[in-house]
Amino acid sequence: MATYSTSEFRGGLKIMLDNDPYAVVENEFVKPGKGQAFNRVRIRNLKTGRVIDKTFKSGETVEAADVVDVNMQYLYADGEFWHFMVPDTYEQYAAGEAAVADAKAWLKDQDTCIVTLWNNQPLTITPPNFVELTIVETDPGVRGDTATGGTKPAKLETGAVVKVPLFIEQGEVLRIDTRSGEYVSRVSK
Amino acid sequence: MMDWVPSAATEVLAQRAQMLAAVRDYFATHVAMEVETPALSVGATTDPMIESFAVLDGAAKRYLQTSPEFPMKRLLAAGSGDIYQICRVFRAEEQGRFHNPEFTLLEWYRLGWDDARLADEVVALIRAVADALALAPDFEVARLSYAQAFEARLGLDPHRAEVAELVVAASDAGVCPEGDLSRDGWLDLLMGVVVAPGFPSNRLTVVGDYPASQAALARIRAGDPPVAARFEVFAGGLELANGFHELTDADEQARRFDEDVRRRVATDAPRRPPDRRLIDALAAGLPDCAGVALGLDRLLLWLTGRSRLSEVVAFAWDRA
Repeated sequence: MATYSTSEFRGGLKIMLDNDPYAVVENEFVKPGKGQAFNRVRIRNLKTGRVIDKTFKSGETVEAADVVDVNMQYLYADGEFWHFMVPDTYEQYAAGEAAVADAKAWLKDQDTCIVTLWNNQPLTITPPNFVELTIVETDPGVRGDTATGGTKPAKLETGAVVKVPLFIEQGEVLRIDTRSGEYVSRVSK
Repeated sequence: MMDWVPSAATEVLAQRAQMLAAVRDYFATHVAMEVETPALSVGATTDPMIESFAVLDGAAKRYLQTSPEFPMKRLLAAGSGDIYQICRVFRAEEQGRFHNPEFTLLEWYRLGWDDARLADEVVALIRAVADALALAPDFEVARLSYAQAFEARLGLDPHRAEVAELVVAASDAGVCPEGDLSRDGWLDLLMGVVVAPGFPSNRLTVVGDYPASQAALARIRAGDPPVAARFEVFAGGLELANGFHELTDADEQARRFDEDVRRRVATDAPRRPPDRRLIDALAAGLPDCAGVALGLDRLLLWLTGRSRLSEVVAFAWDRA
């Protein structure tokens, strides 16, 4: 089993701790000039999303988590599971509620997502940074108003609600940044 | 790739130049002679907590200095009088926000002084540098013993507390690491992760009277308990300087080197050749003196209010 030393801890590194997979968020080296060195490490539990701080003696090693990122196409949701497919092999994976948590508002059929597998089970889903979604519901657009900066809510085909400028109309396709959940631009049809 | 560019802004490099000039000005008026000693030596530090870089000259091994302390003491024993040095020192495996494996140390020695008097001069020098950079932040100065610092923050006596008590304090603070630590290891953890980070950020905190077990190259002051004649200066929570009323006893120094070597063997740390020329110099007679090492990169970091060491050195480790 692969292991990592505290000196290899970098943001994004996946490690096992108390039987759970964690990602390193931040690693701070603490050493009195004449004393024992420590690493104060901020880590995120990949199952629960909870972020905790942990102290290690410098030079300690921990087991690497068997975590891989795979590009997969989103297929459909059946009410209980969200289904994904590896395009090359047609291999399918079913992800539960916890794994899709933040991503599900942006999942559109056929879009390619990053599925993080742990022990071959979907652990987290990362949607594309930008998705294009159709507005299914919003107040009528205000003509000519392109500059006042006012916003209104718009409901998208996935159920997500984003703030959009007042001139946007129902039925339009929007480009959304999934990392911030913000409207970027209109997409011409 | 853009990693050819400096990690520090030109403005900071200009402040760095002013800092170096201010240090030299200070010693021109508060007389000490600037010296230079070898960066590569056949002896190395035996300190079990400090790792040297080893380099090869053909088949022969030399070590990059982790501090200029040993050759500077040889100069003192040879009659140099008060001396100071600004030099690069090298410590393997020490990298982080406040650590760069290669850094700049200011080290100086005063004949006939003790640790308390030298600690006052460290504060005076920092004020002089701050004034010269016109950055003189409105900092206060506090003096605490190691015991007072622990008492105030953790309500325990670091000289007498059992290991179990230190473990409870660490675990209450949520900083307990897995695995065993020595008693001094627990004290280092509490000092480095809990006590010092609690010092106010605009304050220079001078901590004195370290545990005798952490004397390094300081003499031990008799008392109940006996303490090391050692002090450290913290800028906010950042350790800036470490000073000693220097040990001048050659036999005691040799014993400490032997003890270091034993601890290195016990922990499978690399063997390092003790500096026998230092022992010979002590045997020949090191005058009564106090000495201190101050990290200039960190001083600049604190004075300029920057947040990472890489912002105050031209090319940090990952761009060197």
